[in-house]
Amino acid sequence: MKSELFVNGKSRVVEGHPMDRLLDILRDELGLIGTKEGCGEGECGACTVLMNGEPVLSCLIPRIQCEAATVETVEGLAAAEARAFLEGFVSDGGVQCGACTPGIIVTALALLRDNPHPDRQEVQTALAGNLCRCTGYEGIHRAFDRGAEDE
Amino acid sequence: MKALAPRTLDEALLQLTQTPDLRPLAGCTDLMVSEPEDRRDWSGVLDLRGISELRGIEWRGETLEIGAVTAFSEIRDSPEVRQSFPALAEAASRIGGWQIQNRASLGGNMANASPAGDSLPVLLVLDAQVVLVGPEGKRSVPYRDFHLGYRQTALGPGEIIGWVQLPKPPVGATQFFRKVGTREAQAISKVVVALLASVSDGQISDYRLAAGSVAETPVRLTEVEESIVGRALKPEVADLAGHLAAQAVRPIDDVRSTAEYRRFALAQVVRRMTLQLVR
Repeated sequence: MKSELFVNGKSRVVEGHPMDRLLDILRDELGLIGTKEGCGEGECGACTVLMNGEPVLSCLIPRIQCEAATVETVEGLAAAEARAFLEGFVSDGGVQCGACTPGIIVTALALLRDNPHPDRQEVQTALAGNLCRCTGYEGIHRAFDRGAEDE
Repeated sequence: MKALAPRTLDEALLQLTQTPDLRPLAGCTDLMVSEPEDRRDWSGVLDLRGISELRGIEWRGETLEIGAVTAFSEIRDSPEVRQSFPALAEAASRIGGWQIQNRASLGGNMANASPAGDSLPVLLVLDAQVVLVGPEGKRSVPYRDFHLGYRQTALGPGEIIGWVQLPKPPVGATQFFRKVGTREAQAISKVVVALLASVSDGQISDYRLAAGSVAETPVRLTEVEESIVGRALKPEVADLAGHLAAQAVRPIDDVRSTAEYRRFALAQVVRRMTLQLVR
């Protein structure tokens, strides 16, 4: 099937099997390899993207549900939003091995859009679906604190 | 592969009448955890997410009706659900993380018919009714008669879940929900428990208890309920309820837990919930 998606602000027409994963559409068909596959089973959050503004797992979304969707990936988001948070993420140890980083950044930016000054509990709730295999959550929290300080 | 995304329920039913083996899709958070080759073998899929009649939360008289494709994020945030069915709101906020809650649906949790489905014990204690729609028309079944066995439901050929109906709970009843997993979020439950209870004149007058991941389907623990209703509200009742609950279930050992731990955890959760009634 053929479908039109709006990815990072651009119209993209893609074609393939209706049950292909959004993750593979982004990486293999559109070359947007910033979105990573972690577990491929909806457990880890590494492949998080925004679909119509909401964080979703791109490994669990079939092509048939992508028609006319607006998709924002880490490439589009990191270029445009929340500089202070992203700089804090780099300088305060938000990144260790990097496997979870794109997914965490996408979920974090979705949170910051609605709630520019989340408290620790709100950050934990928002990031509950993003596993950091290095367990580096303190650094991630510090990045939020830095983002808030620099506002 | 036939891939259809109807915009209306009539259109969907027409497709299901012609091709009853179309596989209905909602949030896909369980269906997509399958081998890609298996998904390619399905003869056809019918995406229900675009059907507005199957989405939303609305009071109809004394009954709250929730459309089958309504996502858990909508249930979690619904003022109606939070006010009258706090156990369901709590379950919706504990299923997966944000990303899963944005896609996974109440109807999908039911149709998937896993023993570990987190919303299912809540539907049991709330005495939910399920409205099914299909080529033969509409019919309503109590949720306790819907989930027939391990991954087996009462859905007939070409039939889909339309709506879940929740009768207004008794005034003054307290609702509890608790899941026990390896992590607080995003883990499939080792045990999941829902309780609705009322107290009047120092006696437990209503006690509805259900648990998941302790049998091949989620179960109402009616023997426990019968033993507890009518008893004076004392801390010993909480111990008794926990003890009886552990006796009433037949859990298994599997990759997520052991039968022994599941019995132990169930007893503790039931005891603590019941103790909260005393306080």
